[in-house]
Amino acid sequence: MYKGGKIIASLIIFAALFTIPFFYNMGKVNAGPDVALDTPAIQQLSDKQCVESPEFMRANHMKLLNQWREEAVRNGQTVYINSQGKEYPISLQDTCLKCHANGSASKVALSNPASSTTGVSNPAINESPEFCASCHDYSAVKPKCWSCHFEPKEAAK
Amino acid sequence: MSINRRQFLRRAGMVTALGIGSSFVITGFRKKDAAASGYTKAAKDMPAKRWAMVVDMSKFKSEADMEKVIEACHKLHNVPKFPNTKDEIKWIWKDDYHHTFAGGHNEYLDEHVMHSPFMVTCNHCENPPCVRACPTEATFQRPDGIVAMDFHRCIGCRFCMAACPFGARSFNFKDPRPFIEEVSTEYPTRTPGVVEKCNFCYERLADGLMPACVEKSNGGLIFGDLDDPNSEVRKIVSTKLTIRRKPELGTQPSVYYLVGGGEHA
Repeated sequence: MYKGGKIIASLIIFAALFTIPFFYNMGKVNAGPDVALDTPAIQQLSDKQCVESPEFMRANHMKLLNQWREEAVRNGQTVYINSQGKEYPISLQDTCLKCHANGSASKVALSNPASSTTGVSNPAINESPEFCASCHDYSAVKPKCWSCHFEPKEAAK
Repeated sequence: MSINRRQFLRRAGMVTALGIGSSFVITGFRKKDAAASGYTKAAKDMPAKRWAMVVDMSKFKSEADMEKVIEACHKLHNVPKFPNTKDEIKWIWKDDYHHTFAGGHNEYLDEHVMHSPFMVTCNHCENPPCVRACPTEATFQRPDGIVAMDFHRCIGCRFCMAACPFGARSFNFKDPRPFIEEVSTEYPTRTPGVVEKCNFCYERLADGLMPACVEKSNGGLIFGDLDDPNSEVRKIVSTKLTIRRKPELGTQPSVYYLVGGGEHA
């Protein structure tokens, strides 16, 4: 091979550089989020059940939210009937946030855009550990819901 | 080993049948997502064929009456107040006669009518040019006649603002949140780069409530289903002389103006 030594050496250096993050993090603990399902807000509820089963919600909540959005905004269908036949109003504020609320944020606070990196107020990442942030931080998926919708206000009554 | 045409076709057919058949078997065994779930309208939802509004100018005695109506709407929908009028966001506002009913005005018109401001908002046209202009279908017409917006889909191209002959649309050049004086949790805010306008309070109609401006107008704004012959708006529109903004454009606005008092008109 013409200049084979140089090519192979460069390839080894490239491979080493490319895999540095992998070796750097090898063996370090990277535990997934530990989402508590018995927060004070949830404890106070008489019906401790989400609109669908936890397994379904974990896998499909983003699809469900998209469907809710389409149905409520575009088709005027503002009530969701779940697989058990129970009805829920399609509302982040009145349905989701009753359980997935952050107890520490006592009132609706509008974030300052100056402190956000995207130029758009997006408090979802720092707020509400029981809601989006714990899992979404872990998987580095940033939802933009709270740039318009109100973030979890207080523990539901 | 070679195969003839007949054998080749037979084998190809068998493989195709096997492939299609097995895909059915796989999808049949797969767990269905939310099998029995569905959607329905809220129990309190007010159905209509064509929502419309009549603006009875005789009921607006002073500009304070108008301010009250504007305030109610803008507070409820978190409409920001920008100090620079170039950034202004408005859902319902007041404008003078010449701007409201542009073109061919009668110069001997009553001084009061000529110089008093009019309540103006999105006309929720029957043939909305904004809907035709929108490339993402973020603006769309609901079956009940309301020209609504899906802010999630708006890409901020502002074609709708150019298309609207009534200037009913505003664009968020800046983040509106810091400019909202009193936050209402009833309705979301918007982000920069999104167009907004009056939505005839469809979120309130779904709860069985009249639009916020109508509630605060002391009868100056009358709201109802134009398709229903017994509704108040239909009675006014069919028995009294009402005018609409720029009817010559053929957009068929749903906001009617009752000008000059009931008995003469």
